[in-house]
Amino acid sequence: MYRLEGLTKRFGNLTAVAGFDLEVAPGERAAVIGPSGAGKTTLFRLLNLTLRPSGGRIWIGARDATVLHGRALREMRRRIGSVYQQHNLVPRLRVVHNVLAGRLGVWSALRAVASLVRPTDAEIAYRALEQVGIPEKLWARTDDLSGGQQQRVAIARVLVQNPDIILADEPVSSVDPSLANTILRLLLDLAAAGGKTLLVNLHTVDLALAYFPRIIGFREGKVAFDLHPAEVTDDLLAQLYAGEAAASVDDVLPHDRLRALPGACRPLQA
Amino acid sequence: MIASGPSRALAAPSRPDRGLFPYLLGGCLLVTFALSWRAAQVRPLLLFEAEGRHNILKFVLGAFPPALSPDFLQLLVRPLFETIWISVLGTAIAVGIGFPLSFLGTSNIAWSGILHGTDAGAPLRRAVKIVPYAGVRLLLSVLRSIPEFVWAFMFVRAVGLGPVPGILAIGLSYGGMLGKVYSEILEGVNERPIEALQGTGAGRAQIVLYGFLPQVLPQFVSYTLYRWECAIRASAILGFVGAGGLGQQLELGMRMFQFNEVLTVVGILFALVAGVDWLSAALRRRIV
Repeated sequence: MYRLEGLTKRFGNLTAVAGFDLEVAPGERAAVIGPSGAGKTTLFRLLNLTLRPSGGRIWIGARDATVLHGRALREMRRRIGSVYQQHNLVPRLRVVHNVLAGRLGVWSALRAVASLVRPTDAEIAYRALEQVGIPEKLWARTDDLSGGQQQRVAIARVLVQNPDIILADEPVSSVDPSLANTILRLLLDLAAAGGKTLLVNLHTVDLALAYFPRIIGFREGKVAFDLHPAEVTDDLLAQLYAGEAAASVDDVLPHDRLRALPGACRPLQA
Repeated sequence: MIASGPSRALAAPSRPDRGLFPYLLGGCLLVTFALSWRAAQVRPLLLFEAEGRHNILKFVLGAFPPALSPDFLQLLVRPLFETIWISVLGTAIAVGIGFPLSFLGTSNIAWSGILHGTDAGAPLRRAVKIVPYAGVRLLLSVLRSIPEFVWAFMFVRAVGLGPVPGILAIGLSYGGMLGKVYSEILEGVNERPIEALQGTGAGRAQIVLYGFLPQVLPQFVSYTLYRWECAIRASAILGFVGAGGLGQQLELGMRMFQFNEVLTVVGILFALVAGVDWLSAALRRRIV
């Protein structure tokens, strides 16, 4: 599904993703683990085509996604569903609208307005919420939900989007451990049921080893190892997490600071 | 004195040095104030000199009791409604101008990419997109740099006396202000939901509808209501140049030394502004 060739991303003179190759087959499920600051979130934002790489190629199927612009880029993004760490829903909208936002890539602007006035596909949103276990929240306001419930809404949005690939960036780092298991299982089940490719950034090694058939260790912007969980030894993990990465990209460049460095980053344009 | 200095290993890092900037800024402000004081020939004591005292006393004594005769009050009914119409229609025109222009005048919506980055790949396309953006910013500046009073003066010349010039004056100058403030509010939205919406493949219009509008709506409403309140006050001033409303009565009272009538008009204006304040608070509670 994905074929990465020499993928590189620099912010100014800080290298977040340092040029590596990787292949992910359609329908595969893999966890990306590594110390904070390893560049996992940058990788995630490259893979969902939010950031444009400084170098290298991202092949999705038979197409090079790094050269896409405009409509073709939007259509490619539509095939990739993303679940974020937190705060990625519009707080003041009702749940039904946040879920149906998964259709925005398909809807015309007129259709989008009509649905804001009176949700056109409330039935679809309801089915998706049923699958994530909170159908009763259909008409609730999103900012009235708990963190775990909001994450379920985000997953329901991905369901409605119905992408070929699901990416999740630390989807369980802001929920309690029992909920973390539930949400991961939910993601895995949904990916399996739809034959979708699933890539998850995880901070918790135990969860990664327990649930994923493929573990990608990420350190200093590169793949350190790429193994079956049975082959991931304590030694490898100790090396992966040795010290703390000197220049923590995720700390240096938190999401909200991107705008402060207009020349430094190059998000893709719609 | 507490022991300190470079020899101590665990000394807290000293505050980052901000250099001379705060002192320079403070100095500049003081000098500006002093020069302005001189240039404007401010003499507060004038108020307390014999003539000043006398005039103030005449005004205050003349104002009480306020004019409350039925005849006079009946005379005010029409101007009162005129003032309300001027402020409502003026604000409506201002929203009609400011709302659409604010989106065109917001850099990340208009040209630099929703997530504020720069797309190094297409410099020409960016250059083309930046032209309407710059035009809109310029237009908004021009609209709001001319005071509503001056607009009203010009419109009185153009279309004659009455409420119409007042409405147009408020619509244009406030349209410029609303456009500017709206676009500043748009620039302040939380970008995480925006990024998520872009990630679903949504286009710009869809992102604006689902990501920007819901986030900015309460602030848009509350600032617009505040502007409406300002418009009521402004329409009183505009009456002085013949643009209708209560202001005309105010000016008449002043000119005829009928200070009791002035007080009545001021009281009505106060009630009007307080009413709008109450109404807008109620609306905000419903929407936020």
